[in-house]
Amino acid sequence: MQSLSNRKKVLEQKPMNIWERMYLPAIAKGLSITIRHFFKKIPTIKYPEQIRPYSKNFRGQHSLKRDEQGRERCTACGLCALSCPAEAITMIAAERKKGEEHLYREEKYAAVYEINMLRCIFCGLCEEACPKEAIYLDGPHVTADYLRKDFIYGKDKLVEPKFDITQLKQEKI
Amino acid sequence: MAEEEVKFKVTIDGIPVEVAPGTTILNAARQIGGDIVPPAMCYYSKLEGSGGKCRTCLVKVAKGSEKDPRPMPKLVASCRTTVMDGMEVHNITSPEVIEARRGVVEFLLINHPLDCPVCDQAGECKLQDLSYEHGLEQTRFEFSKRTFERIDIGGKIQLHMNRCILCYRCVYVANQLTDNREHGIIGRGIHSEISTYIEKALDSDFIGNVIDVCPVGALTDRTFRFKNRVWFTKPVNAHRDCPTCSGKVTLWYKGEDVLRVTGRKDEFGEVEEFICDTCRFETKSTADWILEEPAPIDHESVIAANHYYEFNLPPVIQENKKLQLANEEQLARTERLK
Repeated sequence: MQSLSNRKKVLEQKPMNIWERMYLPAIAKGLSITIRHFFKKIPTIKYPEQIRPYSKNFRGQHSLKRDEQGRERCTACGLCALSCPAEAITMIAAERKKGEEHLYREEKYAAVYEINMLRCIFCGLCEEACPKEAIYLDGPHVTADYLRKDFIYGKDKLVEPKFDITQLKQEKI
Repeated sequence: MAEEEVKFKVTIDGIPVEVAPGTTILNAARQIGGDIVPPAMCYYSKLEGSGGKCRTCLVKVAKGSEKDPRPMPKLVASCRTTVMDGMEVHNITSPEVIEARRGVVEFLLINHPLDCPVCDQAGECKLQDLSYEHGLEQTRFEFSKRTFERIDIGGKIQLHMNRCILCYRCVYVANQLTDNREHGIIGRGIHSEISTYIEKALDSDFIGNVIDVCPVGALTDRTFRFKNRVWFTKPVNAHRDCPTCSGKVTLWYKGEDVLRVTGRKDEFGEVEEFICDTCRFETKSTADWILEEPAPIDHESVIAANHYYEFNLPPVIQENKKLQLANEEQLARTERLK
């Protein structure tokens, strides 16, 4: 039947001649392409060992910050949970006892602080809402796991490790 | 001979209203309602003699009365000034008032610790609302703020003198609701503080009301201390048969638990009826109460955030029977909450 658009192109398949049937030139041609790529610059990187430079405002896993004396900054005010559009954050507040002043900055602290990483959409609103500069999304990518319960990150994973501020090296800009 | 009821005609921000003689400008404005009501930190309509302390309710009187149309020379405290016939008052329409109010807020915040993230009052704090509306974003106060130790008044009430703005409301509650006066203000000027004289425990049936009348977080419920944030709890009106008080309260739920019991507050943040301490502190389970309905919350309040009480019908559904049937479940849910 006549094509309506007139753009149809009928290909004719001719039988291959002996030279083509030997395949050798075709193999050589293909190999030459492969070998040429050995000497080209590779566009991929070996990810876990090698990491591409991240954007400065990349938002990864949350971390709960400590102040210059190593005390937790979070005071469980609940503004992060309020601002969270995915409702991923929950917390339980507790009162600081006498003798715990070196652990917590304010008289109230978060005894339990949980973020459900499956709910989190990494929008950074919690970071913006925090009045105490306690939460930042400055971690790496949240890694894969097998069970749903393992994605509920508690304080053990979120609070940044203690550091000595005098030992910190200032990065040269 | 029946005496004709005299009504004074007042104009507040261009809105005329007729009120009885002896009404204050603030109450006249409250009869109109809306944005033109001056904020009040110390005035409390249920407490006799309150008002005149905080100066946040300052208004400009552009015309004294019909007989004497001269304006008042200075801004006046609307909670203490009674209306005259033909008075013209400027509140939010006067830049002078806005400027003065900003100054007052700055003064109130001079010694305020601004520990809202820790404070249990945050979310329903009058000072928070006021400074959000009128205050500067930064403080100009360079000196150290006065500080006090936290004091437990009795077993159930906690006094944070740091946060107090000296509105005297709690003193009036103690004077007028309880038998004998047990606490007051000692010291003068910057040294004044609310005190119970040697931290004497306050034990009266109605002393818990000082928590409700406190506009800031100076007097807070110890049984609710750090339990949860106000805006994560859900207010529900309830009542019970109480021998000492009316028993009409608001329960603040988190899930199944009643975290806190307070008096029912109206749109100006004043309790409708004072409740006794048994209702406030002792009866904290649903079984003690007869539930009525979700307490009405101003939709601009943070407490209303993330709560969806009503399923707003899109106009399409309102007209279409088929769609109404399809959304039956949602509509029924809204009907229950109404």
